[in-house]
Amino acid sequence: MANSTLTKQRSAALQSSVALKSAMAVTGGILVLFLIAHMYGNLMVFGGQEAFDDYSHHIREIGEPMLPHGGALWIIRVVLLASLLIHAYAAFALWARAKHARPAAQRYVVRKSAQSPSRRYAAQTMRWGGVIVALFVIYHILHLTTNHIAPGGASDSPYERLVNGFQIWWVVLSYLIALLAVGYHLWHGIFSALATLGVNKAGRERALRLIATVVAAAITVGFLVPPFSILFGLVS
Amino acid sequence: MNITLRVWRQKSRDVEGRMVTYEIEDVSPDMSFLEMLDVLNEKLTLQGEEPVAFDHDCREGICGACGVVIDGVAHGPETTTTCQLHMRSFSDGDVITVEPWRATAFPVVKDLVVDRGAFDRIIQAGGYISAPTGTAPDAHAMPVPKSDADRAFDAATCIGCGACVAACPNASGMLFTAAKVTHLGMLPQGQPEREARVVKMVNQHDEEEFGGCTNIGECAAVCPKGIPLDTISQLNRDLLGSLTSASSE
Repeated sequence: MANSTLTKQRSAALQSSVALKSAMAVTGGILVLFLIAHMYGNLMVFGGQEAFDDYSHHIREIGEPMLPHGGALWIIRVVLLASLLIHAYAAFALWARAKHARPAAQRYVVRKSAQSPSRRYAAQTMRWGGVIVALFVIYHILHLTTNHIAPGGASDSPYERLVNGFQIWWVVLSYLIALLAVGYHLWHGIFSALATLGVNKAGRERALRLIATVVAAAITVGFLVPPFSILFGLVS
Repeated sequence: MNITLRVWRQKSRDVEGRMVTYEIEDVSPDMSFLEMLDVLNEKLTLQGEEPVAFDHDCREGICGACGVVIDGVAHGPETTTTCQLHMRSFSDGDVITVEPWRATAFPVVKDLVVDRGAFDRIIQAGGYISAPTGTAPDAHAMPVPKSDADRAFDAATCIGCGACVAACPNASGMLFTAAKVTHLGMLPQGQPEREARVVKMVNQHDEEEFGGCTNIGECAAVCPKGIPLDTISQLNRDLLGSLTSASSE
């Protein structure tokens, strides 16, 4: 009897807010690992057109001949898309629960944070910041992957696509805004994901926050270096 | 000190409430916040008006009965309970806004009093140990490492005031639940029911319509007992462990 009750309780707990945010943490982790790999690829631009285009071409050859041409890339794409959808679904479900837990009619007349404003800002903008990042990802894929949006001219060479685009100031500006949004999202997100997965322990919080700060800053800066180098003519 | 108070007035659970402004003169800086409310209530009673209802009991900061949101912060500008907050934390001429805890799980009963029965039901779901009663066991019969005992004790200092829920942008009760899970989970007596406890308590927490935790940390920042945010991480670890373990049945 007791065991069957517990089994029922366990399956209920799979729908709990803790389970939802764990799904968010794991999928967010996958996306962060992808970002790091993506950033590494971007920095290849400093090796010149040949190195960059070779790298980009080689991604399609991973696992050959075990996998068909582009097979590994499609596996990565499917995993990333699934992660993104699960991440967004969990975010939406948690948002809806929070909304219900304190409806608009019950909002405080005066609201003040008891924490430092910058950290609070990062935590507070997770939901809308996430939406902005998602919209940016669509824009970014249309721009540099499918080349449907081609400011500065479309090209078959990934290197040329990159250089053509980032010679225009407003393209760089749009990426700057998006990457700052990504940076803020990761600043709270990385800490939150680690805490959610149970890594936070007494005396460890500062270290975890430091890791989140360093990784978020490294990703933001690492992604911004190529566009700005192109804009200022260091890469052409 | 002269203080202008904006207080939430609500006759009963189903009646709509509103903010009402009162002027209070000759407030001593040595008064506690609740004593200042007492002065207001005496004045209101003499005027034939209904006094402002608020929860309070020990007025020593140990029972967890009192608690209101003062100028947007649960328990006000000092990290303590409302009863231990003194008027010296404010200045002459201040306009102070006083609101009840706001959460679906904590419905307003009257004015500043909310029903925190949801916390009791979370405890009933698993916040206890099933132990045979009798004479107290010898203190050294069951050794507990000092660091574990300290952490259990720190978590056990939670007085269930509900400030964590009031401060949380998601109206989550996770810090309260985590304090209880950590308190019992650190001690040998809590081990037999550890996996079942966290599952039942988290389910009850969600059933009471609290929001989910997003690790913002407002709860720990206002907690009068300093319950650390990492207790929530410990709860998560326990729950994920319980959900993934097959051998526990």
